[in-house]
Amino acid sequence: MGAQATFDVTLAREVIERRRSTPGAALPILHDLQHRFGYIDDAAIPLVAEALNISKAETLGVVSFYPDFRRAPVEGRTLKLCRAESCQSMGCEDLVAHLARSHGIGADEVSPGSALHVETVYCLGNCALSPAALLDGEPIGRLDRARIDSIVEAAKDRAR
Amino acid sequence: MTARVFVPGDSSALSVGADAVAAALTAEAARRGIDLAIVRTGSRGLFWLEPLVEIEGADGRIGYGPVAAQEVAALFDAGFLVGGAHPKALGRVDAIPYLARQQRLVFARCGVTDPLSLEDYRRHGGLKGLERALALEPDAIVDEIVASGLRGRGGAGFPTGIKWGAVRHAEADQKYVVCNADEGDSGTFADRMLMEGDPFLVIEGMAIAALAVGATKGYVYIRSEYPHAFDVFSRAVARARAANLLSARVLGAARAFDIEPRLGAGSYICGEETSMLESLEGKRGLVRAKPPLPALSGLFGRPTVINNMLSFASVPWILEHGAKAYAEYGVGRSLGSQPFQLAGNIRHGGLVELAFGPTIRELVEGFGGGTRSGRPIRAVQVGGPLGAYFPQGLLDTPLEYESMTREKGMLGHGGIVVFDDTVDMARQARFAFAFCSRESCGKCTPCRLGSTRGVETVDKIVAGVDRPKNLEVLRDLCEVMTDGSLCALGGLTPLPVLSALDHFPEDFDRAAPRAAAE
Repeated sequence: MGAQATFDVTLAREVIERRRSTPGAALPILHDLQHRFGYIDDAAIPLVAEALNISKAETLGVVSFYPDFRRAPVEGRTLKLCRAESCQSMGCEDLVAHLARSHGIGADEVSPGSALHVETVYCLGNCALSPAALLDGEPIGRLDRARIDSIVEAAKDRAR
Repeated sequence: MTARVFVPGDSSALSVGADAVAAALTAEAARRGIDLAIVRTGSRGLFWLEPLVEIEGADGRIGYGPVAAQEVAALFDAGFLVGGAHPKALGRVDAIPYLARQQRLVFARCGVTDPLSLEDYRRHGGLKGLERALALEPDAIVDEIVASGLRGRGGAGFPTGIKWGAVRHAEADQKYVVCNADEGDSGTFADRMLMEGDPFLVIEGMAIAALAVGATKGYVYIRSEYPHAFDVFSRAVARARAANLLSARVLGAARAFDIEPRLGAGSYICGEETSMLESLEGKRGLVRAKPPLPALSGLFGRPTVINNMLSFASVPWILEHGAKAYAEYGVGRSLGSQPFQLAGNIRHGGLVELAFGPTIRELVEGFGGGTRSGRPIRAVQVGGPLGAYFPQGLLDTPLEYESMTREKGMLGHGGIVVFDDTVDMARQARFAFAFCSRESCGKCTPCRLGSTRGVETVDKIVAGVDRPKNLEVLRDLCEVMTDGSLCALGGLTPLPVLSALDHFPEDFDRAAPRAAAE
């Protein structure tokens, strides 16, 4: 995911300013902020609102509408696991159960200190090689239990 | 002489190790003192063969696949650079029946060329459609698209030329072209393949649309689940700008056009056209009521052509070869070609572009080779999460707009997902409601509340609670959602639900025999 900075108002203002004059700038700005800091800090909401001349409530509405935007930093690696129909037909739910049973990792649960964060997504466009996932942006096809085990182990090693 | 080796950089190919194969090829060539140039292409769409390595032979490309990085040394030993024999040798790639039997109009270049080389694009026939369009009056371009019979490839099947005509004749100081690349339907990946494998085709198609309607600015809304496609497409846009394909003077003509790629943020509903416009404007993706149509009041309130990526990608071929040639493909009112996508539990999953009209069976059995698990096919979902589940008895339904509607389904974006006999169709019906509930924008009640009531009602039916009454509630709920929802999410969720119920009623009736046996 690259080096992420600790949230900082001055830095956030710089990030916002770069895209401020783009028509319909909210999503590009929020993506930039999340890219920079790993999440959208509460303190960024009034800054975005002010820059776009919209209310704080409206800004918060946009942030909360889109599943991508996180409100808190996430530690460790992120596995976006597809749970849509194509991956269902190839047993993705078995992988979700395996993660919970064998590794104590629940999908979409944020547990502090966890080396691997698993997020549900619906379709990664890799449906001919289901089950599919993205590990910090890297595509993985034909995912199986053994691969899940090695991903969890590698994430733990990295966190140590 | 430098040997050229082609390795896909498509994200499906990457997902099974294409980068490692490319690295191994480079390392092994260096070790052996061989001068090797690796060209990263898109994918041919024969995904069970990925990573598919190709070399240039005397009469066409020779393929080896699926190649693992640890097999690379053995490939060199076998003399693969001159087409040497090896267990993974596939012979001439374009003679592989899966590919040879296709009618590739849109995907002709995908997997063949370097996606970021405009020279390569031109050398393989690119830009001919745009060059012809630049010589035509805008009305003549619109007429050509109308005559081709092209219909929206996003699912609704609205005639593309009619839409363009409406924007063409709308008066405004600014018009827009918006490309829907929010390919959220499970089982679909054609847009992703194009963005990663032939992005200039999309740019060319959008530029032709812009010429036809008088737009100067285009947006491509790409889902964030496609980070690699967004990256490749953005780089293609930068190159198109550098080469004056996107500029104040498109290819030197007195016409301006530019494209801005935009990243979505994980919301399925933003694939609905009005929700997408809201999202592009920086708002929550709430569906708009129609009218006004986006053609008259679309992005930022201006007339906007909004089409699916596959619609735009079909346009250059039509301009180059003419509407009549295009309309010779297909059947009835479904003209031209459709890139079908074979997915799920299937042996040979991939992209199959054919003229409209093959049956579901021809695709899933003829091309797909049945299930990957080796078990019998039980259900095939066509058209994504809002499409119907077809049982064995209906697999001979032709894949074209009207036949699909007749069987209470829809073609959608051409995604076909196969399930074997272990599938629980009541669970699939429940998922359709749950997905609708999760993705509903919340603007209209039938979708927002109906989806949640749907999940609860399916649960009751499966648990055997007041089954006849709850089945009635379920059908009534589906009717309300179909008739009362603002957009296709709520309006079409009943398709997978009712098809599961009608074709697989036994799956909804499992509690009873169990209860009786106790």
